[in-house]
Amino acid sequence: MILLNHYLVLSGILFAIGTAGVFLRRNLITILLSIEIMLNAVNITFVAAGRYHGSVDGQIITFFVMTVAAAEAAVGLAFVIALFRHRESLSPDAFTSLKW
Amino acid sequence: MLSLIDPALVAHLVLIFVVFNCLVLASAFMVWMERKVCAYIQDREGPNRVGPEGLLQPFADVIKLVFKEDLRPKAADAFLFMIAPVISTATAFAAFSVVPFGTETTLFGLLSEPVRLEVTDVNVAVLVIFAVTSMGIYGIVLAGWSSNSKYSLIGGLRSSAQMISYELSYGLALASVIMVANSLSLREIVVNQSGYWWYVIPKWYVFLQPLGFLIYMTAGVAETNRAPFDFPEAEQELVAGYHTEYSSMSFALFFMAEYINMVTVSAVATSLFLGGWLGPLLPSWLGWIWFMIKVLLLLFFYVWMRWTLPRYRYDQLMEFGWKWLLPAAVLNLIATAAMVIWLG
Amino acid sequence: MQVIAFYILAGVAVLASLGVIGQRNPMHSVMLLIVAFGAFAGLYILLDAPFSAVTQIIIYAGAIMVLFLFVVMLLNAHTEDDMVPATIGPRTLKMGVLLSILLSGEMAWALTQIGQSAFSTDPGAISSISSVGHIGSVLYSTHAFAFEVTSILILVSMVGAVVIAGRPRRER
Repeated sequence: MILLNHYLVLSGILFAIGTAGVFLRRNLITILLSIEIMLNAVNITFVAAGRYHGSVDGQIITFFVMTVAAAEAAVGLAFVIALFRHRESLSPDAFTSLKW
Repeated sequence: MLSLIDPALVAHLVLIFVVFNCLVLASAFMVWMERKVCAYIQDREGPNRVGPEGLLQPFADVIKLVFKEDLRPKAADAFLFMIAPVISTATAFAAFSVVPFGTETTLFGLLSEPVRLEVTDVNVAVLVIFAVTSMGIYGIVLAGWSSNSKYSLIGGLRSSAQMISYELSYGLALASVIMVANSLSLREIVVNQSGYWWYVIPKWYVFLQPLGFLIYMTAGVAETNRAPFDFPEAEQELVAGYHTEYSSMSFALFFMAEYINMVTVSAVATSLFLGGWLGPLLPSWLGWIWFMIKVLLLLFFYVWMRWTLPRYRYDQLMEFGWKWLLPAAVLNLIATAAMVIWLG
Repeated sequence: MQVIAFYILAGVAVLASLGVIGQRNPMHSVMLLIVAFGAFAGLYILLDAPFSAVTQIIIYAGAIMVLFLFVVMLLNAHTEDDMVPATIGPRTLKMGVLLSILLSGEMAWALTQIGQSAFSTDPGAISSISSVGHIGSVLYSTHAFAFEVTSILILVSMVGAVVIAGRPRRER
């Protein structure tokens, strides 16, 4: 018997993995990939909650989250390309010139 | 003992086996048809030595390819190099899983319940086909990248950029048909096309959506990287594009994937626009014969186009896809929506 | 049957995500994330949401990941990089660990407050969730404004991406 709790725990684990990826990896592209994992964890929560309440709103929010994630990935990758052209490096530690 | 084996399950497994084998045989048949049609267009005879009219030629080709050495460039990423043709072929086969090719059959009374002639029917079948064809891009991109050769990389990138661009028009043509049919399930779309206007013209969607049909076929030809949109794998330009470094069975897998993609595009076009398995004169349980005839007609059209039309240059190809086909598809969608609202 | 499917799909999703953050080569990370997206789509099918499953494959695995793949290939980013951050000192590390433990403790506590919540097996509710027509009608009626704003968002991001990543303009 799979309960809503199983899906919530899975989503929590995936969100934690995504957060760990954002903090620990020093490669801009991998950071963006970890952000995608976090967004997907949230999507799973929405669909599972929608199924639990018998409402279709969960899937609708998921649809919007997917679209926003696509837009954000496009702009984020454009930034990565522009930054790479400037410094020839994909590590966020190379772009610290404004740090005090 | 026999009650342990569920006859419906066995029937489904047999159906899957039959469909798979028919697809593989269809790709072999396509090899023969392409060479024969090409030959007759070029005023010569084509393969005529192996078997009657050269019909066993594809099998001779396969035997030759199997005996070739499977090369792998040393600097290539081994896992991705190996898995790229597998992805191409697997997605090509998987897209055919939701295509219905006939009504129900009871195999002349052997089965207690009728079994529908399709591998499965989901109520989002059209979207499944779209999703699986989007996954087919990875086979080409990974092949181009993992071969670690400049011809393959450029060919792979060009090919996948072309496929992504034409996917938009493909999806919009599908959306127009969905609006008219009011359903996403391919079986329901075919069933909606039964009947005749004035007892003569069948109610196929090609008469309701002629521009949609043209857009779909053009985008389908571009999606499968066939002429006149086959610049990325043109022999004169890039050696052989993304499959330059492949040999023997991997090469055969890419070829098979291309032909089965063609079969899938033709089969989906038949279901959406040409009435699927519907046709006069034959009883409904023989509808799969009509399906085969229509798919063969579209495949012949594919081959005919390849050997008749010149090839688009890559920038002409991309310009056509974005500046002409996409606006046409959008206009078709808007016009269809207006007609659906106006005519109810 | 559903239990087995859930555990297999969840296991694949978690392992693939761990692979994404653990792999040195960004190309392999992208491939593993595509596998993870496939597992998510399977989970959506288990949750009677076939439309979400198919749009997940079309949008995420079919479009966004191709974009990532192109950028990885363009920037030649398939070389190794540092995995351990070189600029995190011992105090920041302790703060990070403490905050992570707090976060996971809070999530665990929140989950215990729910109680056992089983999914409903009402066939009417299930068919209304999984019907694409229903999703479409709600999307275009109740959420029509958000839908239109999303289309403007996509247009803006498309123009923005082209401008930001475009060829550097020549100095006049």
